[in-house]
Amino acid sequence: MTTKEALINYCLRIGDTSLILGQRMSEWCSNGPVLEEDIAMTNIALDHIGQARTMLTYAGVLEGKGRTEDDFAYKRNEREFYNSLLSERPNGHFGDTVVRNFLQSAYFYHLYTALSSSKDELIAAHAAKSLKEVTYHLRHSAEWIVRLGDGTDESKNKVQTSINEIWEYTGNLFEMNDVDTLLIKEGIAINQTEIKSKWDKTVDEVLERAKLIRPTDAYMQTGSLKGMHSEYLGHLIAEMQFLPRAYPDAKW
Amino acid sequence: MDNTKKLEEFQAKIDADTKIEPKDWMPEDYRKHLQRQISQHAHSEVIGMQPEGNWISRAPSLRAKVVLLAKIQDEAGHGQYLYSAAETLGKSRDEFIEELQTEKAKYSSIFNYPTLTWADMGAVGWLVDGAAIVNQVSLQRTSYGPYSRAMVRICKEESFHQRQGYEIMAHMAKGTPEQKAMAQDALNRFWWPSIMMFGPHDSDSPNTGNAVKWRIKRETNDELRQKFIDKTVGQAEVIGLTIPDPDLKWNETRKSYDFGKMNWDEFWSVVNGNGPCNRQRLKHHIAAHKNGEWVRKAALAYAAKQKEIQNLKLEIRN
Amino acid sequence: MSNIKDSQGDVWEVFVQSKPGLPHKHAGSVHATDKEMALQNARDMYTRRNEGTCIWVVPLDAIVSSLPEDSGSFFDPSDDKAYRHPTHYVMPDGAKHI
Repeated sequence: MTTKEALINYCLRIGDTSLILGQRMSEWCSNGPVLEEDIAMTNIALDHIGQARTMLTYAGVLEGKGRTEDDFAYKRNEREFYNSLLSERPNGHFGDTVVRNFLQSAYFYHLYTALSSSKDELIAAHAAKSLKEVTYHLRHSAEWIVRLGDGTDESKNKVQTSINEIWEYTGNLFEMNDVDTLLIKEGIAINQTEIKSKWDKTVDEVLERAKLIRPTDAYMQTGSLKGMHSEYLGHLIAEMQFLPRAYPDAKW
Repeated sequence: MDNTKKLEEFQAKIDADTKIEPKDWMPEDYRKHLQRQISQHAHSEVIGMQPEGNWISRAPSLRAKVVLLAKIQDEAGHGQYLYSAAETLGKSRDEFIEELQTEKAKYSSIFNYPTLTWADMGAVGWLVDGAAIVNQVSLQRTSYGPYSRAMVRICKEESFHQRQGYEIMAHMAKGTPEQKAMAQDALNRFWWPSIMMFGPHDSDSPNTGNAVKWRIKRETNDELRQKFIDKTVGQAEVIGLTIPDPDLKWNETRKSYDFGKMNWDEFWSVVNGNGPCNRQRLKHHIAAHKNGEWVRKAALAYAAKQKEIQNLKLEIRN
Repeated sequence: MSNIKDSQGDVWEVFVQSKPGLPHKHAGSVHATDKEMALQNARDMYTRRNEGTCIWVVPLDAIVSSLPEDSGSFFDPSDDKAYRHPTHYVMPDGAKHI
C-alpha cells in the first residue's frame, strides 16, 4: 500500500462518517421536539455534509481518476463505505440521537484537534475548519445529555438506556489498521490511542455532570475498517443513492 | 377615552402608515385577524417543511442536498419568526400549535399536495415559494410592527429559495427526455394550486375588506395573483416549459396576462380536508410534537432544578 | 406563558452585534428553558448567515418597556429643545471645521 492509497482510505473514513451522520441528522428535519431544535439539528446536518464534501473531493483528487464527491457518495456499494459504526445507528428517539452525536462529536473534537497539525496540508486545513463546527456540536449535544440526564426520571432512564445500548459501537472509533500505521509514520494521521484517553475524559466529565453512569467496556463491535457494517447502512445508502442509480444518464 | 375615539385614533395612525406595536390599543377584531393570519402563515411555514423534507434523503447530489436542507431550515426559521410575531398579540405558541393540531387553524392548502418526483422540489421552490414571495414582499408594509419586521427578515432570507427551485427546473428541462418530462409534469401538477394560493377572488373573499382598511393586507388576492402570473410566464418560456393553461394570453390593453378559470371546487375540497395529504401532514406534526413531549418536560425539569440551586446559593450567601 | 404541563419554554429576546464596535441590535426572539439553550438557539436562529460577532439573550420578563400612554410625557418634551441639535446654532460665514 502506498501512502496515497492509505490517505485515500483515511479520507473516506472521515468523509463517510460525516456523510452518514449528516444523512441521519437530516432525517430529523420537521421531527424535532421544538422548532428551535429542528433548526439546530439541521445546522449540524449541514456541517457534516459540508465536511464530507471536502473529504470525498480530496479522495477523488488524490486518486486522480476524475471521481467527484458525488461519485463517492452515490456510486459506491455497501462494502465500500468506511464510516464509523456509530454514525450509521438509526436516530431512534431524541435521546438516542443526542447520545450518538455526543459520542461521535467528542471523537471528532479530539481527532480534529490532533489533525490540525497533520503534515498533510489539506487534512490539517480541513481539521482546523471542522474543529470549529464540531466544538459547537459537542457543546450542543453535551448540554442536552445533561438536561436529559438531570431532567425527569423518564428522561434519565431513557438516556441511560440509549448510552447502554450504543456503547458497544464506541470501540470501533479507535480501531486502527495498516493504514494508520503507515500514515502515523508519515506524520499525517494520529495514533487513535491518544485520542481515546482524551475522549474518555470528555465523556466522563459530561456523564458526571448529567448524573449518568458510564457503561463498563465489554465486547465492542467491529468491522467498518473492512467496509463491514450493520444492516442499517444498506437501507440508508439505497435511499440516498436512488436518483443517480435510477437515472444513470442524467445529470442533476 | 371611549372606544369610538380610540378607534378613530387607531384608524388615523393606520392611514398615516404609523405601525401598530404590541402595547398599542387595537380593536379586538384587528387583534383577532392578525392572530389568525400570522399563525396561519407560521403553520404554513412549518407544515411546508414536510413536502420538501420528503426529498432531503434522496437529493441527487450533495450540493442539492445541502441547498434543500438550508432552504427547509429557513422555513423552520420563518415559522419561528412568525410564531414570535403572533405571540406578541397575547397567545402562546403552545396555544397556536394546539389550534393547528385540532384543526381550528389552517395552513396553506398547497402543502396538502404530495411531492412525487425530484422535479417537484423545483416546482415547489419556483412556483410555491415564488407565489409566497409575491405575497410576503407586499406584507413587508403590513401595519402591525412585529409582523412587518418578521416579513422584512423573511424576504431577505427567501431570496435564494425561488432561485433554487428555478435552477432545478431549468436544469431538468435541458436534461434527458425523462428529466424534461418530469419537470413538465411537476409544472402541470403545481401550476393551478400555486395560483390558487393567493386565495379566492376579491369578490368572494370575506376577509379582504377589513384587512385592506387596516392595511394588514396591502394588495388584494387578485392583484397579487396577477403579479405572480405576469412574472412567471416568461420564466417558463425561457426554460422551454409550457404552463398548463390554454387560455393564457397576453392582454395588450391590460398589460397583463389573461388566464383560464381556476377550479375553486377542488380548492375548497382540499382546504376542507380532502387533499391527498391533509391527514398525513397533520398526523406527522402531531407525532413529532408528541414524541418531543418528554424532551420538553426534561428541559423544564432541569431548568427548575438549576433555578432551585441558584436560589439556595443566594440564600447561603445572604 | 410557562405552562409546566407541556411548554415550549420561556421567550428570550435576542440582540446581535454584527461587527465589533457596533451596538447590539434586536434580532428577534427564541424559546428556551435555560440560558445556555437560549444562547445556542439564538446562535442557530439568528447567525446562520454570518450575521454576528456577539449575541445577548435576555428573558422577556426582564425587559421593562415604557407604555404607549407614557409616550406623551416621555418623548414629547424633547420636541421643542432644538438647542440640543447643532443645526440650532448660527455660524458666521467662512467659519470652517466647526
